[in-house]
Amino acid sequence: MSGVASGPAGAAGGAGATLGVDERFGPYGGRFVPEVLIAALDELTAAWAEAREDASYRDELARLLRDFVGRPTPLYLAERLSLRLGRRVYLKREDLAHTGAHKVNNAVGQALLARRMGKRRVISETGAGQHGVAAATACALLGLECVVFMGTEDMRRQAPNVDRMRLLGAEVAAVEAGARTLKEAVSAAIRDWVTNVATSHYIIGSAVGPAPYPALVRDLQRVIGDEAREQALAAEDELPSRVIACVGGGSNAIGTFVPFLDDHGVELIGVEAGGDGLESGRHGASLSAGRTGVLHGALSSVLCDADGQILEAHSVSAGLDYPGVGPEHAHLRDIGRVRYEAVTDAEALAAFRELALLEGIIPALEPSHAIAWLLKSPREDEGYDLLTLSGRGDKDLAEVGERLGDD
Amino acid sequence: MTDRIAAAFEAARGEGRAALMPYLMGGFPDHDTSLVVAQAYADAGADLVELGVPFSDPLADGPVIHAAATRALERGATLESTLELCERIAARVPVVPMAYANMILTHGPERFARLLADAGAVGAIVPDLGPDEGGEIAEELRAAGLALVPLVAPTTRPARRARIGAEAEGFVYLVSDTRTTGERERMPAALRELIGSVQAVARVPVAVGFGIGTPEQAAEVGTIADGVIIGTRLVRAVAESKTSAEAAASVSSFIRECRDRLTAGGGDGAGADGPRGRGV
Repeated sequence: MSGVASGPAGAAGGAGATLGVDERFGPYGGRFVPEVLIAALDELTAAWAEAREDASYRDELARLLRDFVGRPTPLYLAERLSLRLGRRVYLKREDLAHTGAHKVNNAVGQALLARRMGKRRVISETGAGQHGVAAATACALLGLECVVFMGTEDMRRQAPNVDRMRLLGAEVAAVEAGARTLKEAVSAAIRDWVTNVATSHYIIGSAVGPAPYPALVRDLQRVIGDEAREQALAAEDELPSRVIACVGGGSNAIGTFVPFLDDHGVELIGVEAGGDGLESGRHGASLSAGRTGVLHGALSSVLCDADGQILEAHSVSAGLDYPGVGPEHAHLRDIGRVRYEAVTDAEALAAFRELALLEGIIPALEPSHAIAWLLKSPREDEGYDLLTLSGRGDKDLAEVGERLGDD
Repeated sequence: MTDRIAAAFEAARGEGRAALMPYLMGGFPDHDTSLVVAQAYADAGADLVELGVPFSDPLADGPVIHAAATRALERGATLESTLELCERIAARVPVVPMAYANMILTHGPERFARLLADAGAVGAIVPDLGPDEGGEIAEELRAAGLALVPLVAPTTRPARRARIGAEAEGFVYLVSDTRTTGERERMPAALRELIGSVQAVARVPVAVGFGIGTPEQAAEVGTIADGVIIGTRLVRAVAESKTSAEAAASVSSFIRECRDRLTAGGGDGAGADGPRGRGV
């Protein structure tokens, strides 16, 4: 009699399954959270299933994405980069979205959802500060209270973003636990949500966390891929050979990839943070070098030791400095639909500089990983490549100055 | 081994009081001290012991227990070193390890269940594993004769509460709202109702853990609940002690006082009959 045993894959229970919001991706995903959050996750699942079919929600989101965020973002033929590579490369310019990264797509969509659910207080977390700034921006726009959890080490490294969030009216809550970076900030945000679940909505920053978050964030980020696919067809009359995006938690990548999943001729490549190299053990490559496990509420691929303790990730890029990854990526890896590669800090830094010199675009360190992979992965065919430039690099200048100065 | 859980609750009920279940962070502040504390729990009359397995990312725990886990891990604590503590006291008092899902999945549910059974544990509490995700972990624990103790929260909806109660093994761990603890003088009506609503659907005893910080609060909760779990208060007592002897003395006196108060019943007379009879 068993009760507690209902097969993980088989019995996708809960409201979400019946409403069509994915809770599992193959064996991955689910809700490995304290019981106190289950009701809130059910409520969020139902609210999202309803909102995304509701014309008034969709219209308002579309209007804000157009007039406030500046969508659609351009698909730009990077000519000098193309010359350097010997094939055409298009960049999906999420760096040109308001606040400077794709994070705002998710933040605006979820803040609208919070307001719709009657929650006036928003909790969020941030590593480099891009998602925190996006959440603070969306909350200012909609008049919602906003608390952003941030590790004190990240607050030190990303002081300008702390100032931006405060200017936007958000409270930046310092997190002292552990390495005082993103992993602990997510944990602190979840703990706050446990305590204030009745009044607060948690805007998670990537396609991670318990169901329905991975599906919710993917749905809000797929605007990247939907636009890019249409723009690519308009420019070239055929689909790209390869679509490339960087993967930390994986929200820009999943948003880019999803519209191409059924285009079987299109190769999809996710690029992870190789840090000092996979063999060094100092990296953020949860898919390339992780184990099946649970972090922040979902079963996915995580970096942990043989006893199950979560390890600290290492990456020059704060946005990829995370020991987990969205569960849908783990599934796409297992079924072979997406190939995941890792590039090192040094390769990403070189690509950062190269794109600035070749194209007059200073990329964030996160998509610099995708550029770095492209630079070392030539391909001989008649086709072309599409790469999501998920954010701009202004935030990284101090960090890069230090690192390149060390050379 | 789940019989030992039932027997422990039954024995306390026979004394007209709720069962007392102190929580211990394994390996905190170091292995030897935590063993002394574990033995002090048994000496002082704990009916069961909840043994925390230190984890790097304990989502369900507050800052005091999180900090204790971090310290234990820095001192080299592992699942196996924590289970040594279990083995040392298991003959004297039933021990229920509390472990997060990632550690179980990393070791493998079958191996995890075997390690617990070999150490003499009677069940397991997995705070981030609900009935929808239990699957293989529940099956392996059951096969090893261990109870997977389910959790219920104030936010758990009635239908789910009924399902959890009907399927529960060992006991139900009722997590009360942390904001209801502290300075109040009487048990809030909402908590009283909550405990009753879980008891109404549970086929096993209901123990309440909610940051109970004083013997008075323990006694008051104990007038209705079948068991009282005390965590943070005892971890803090250990943290504030300078020696293992001091830690043992501190937790012992607290546990003894709780037991005395539980036996005397709550302050408002509602619990004069002790916890109600349960089909344990």
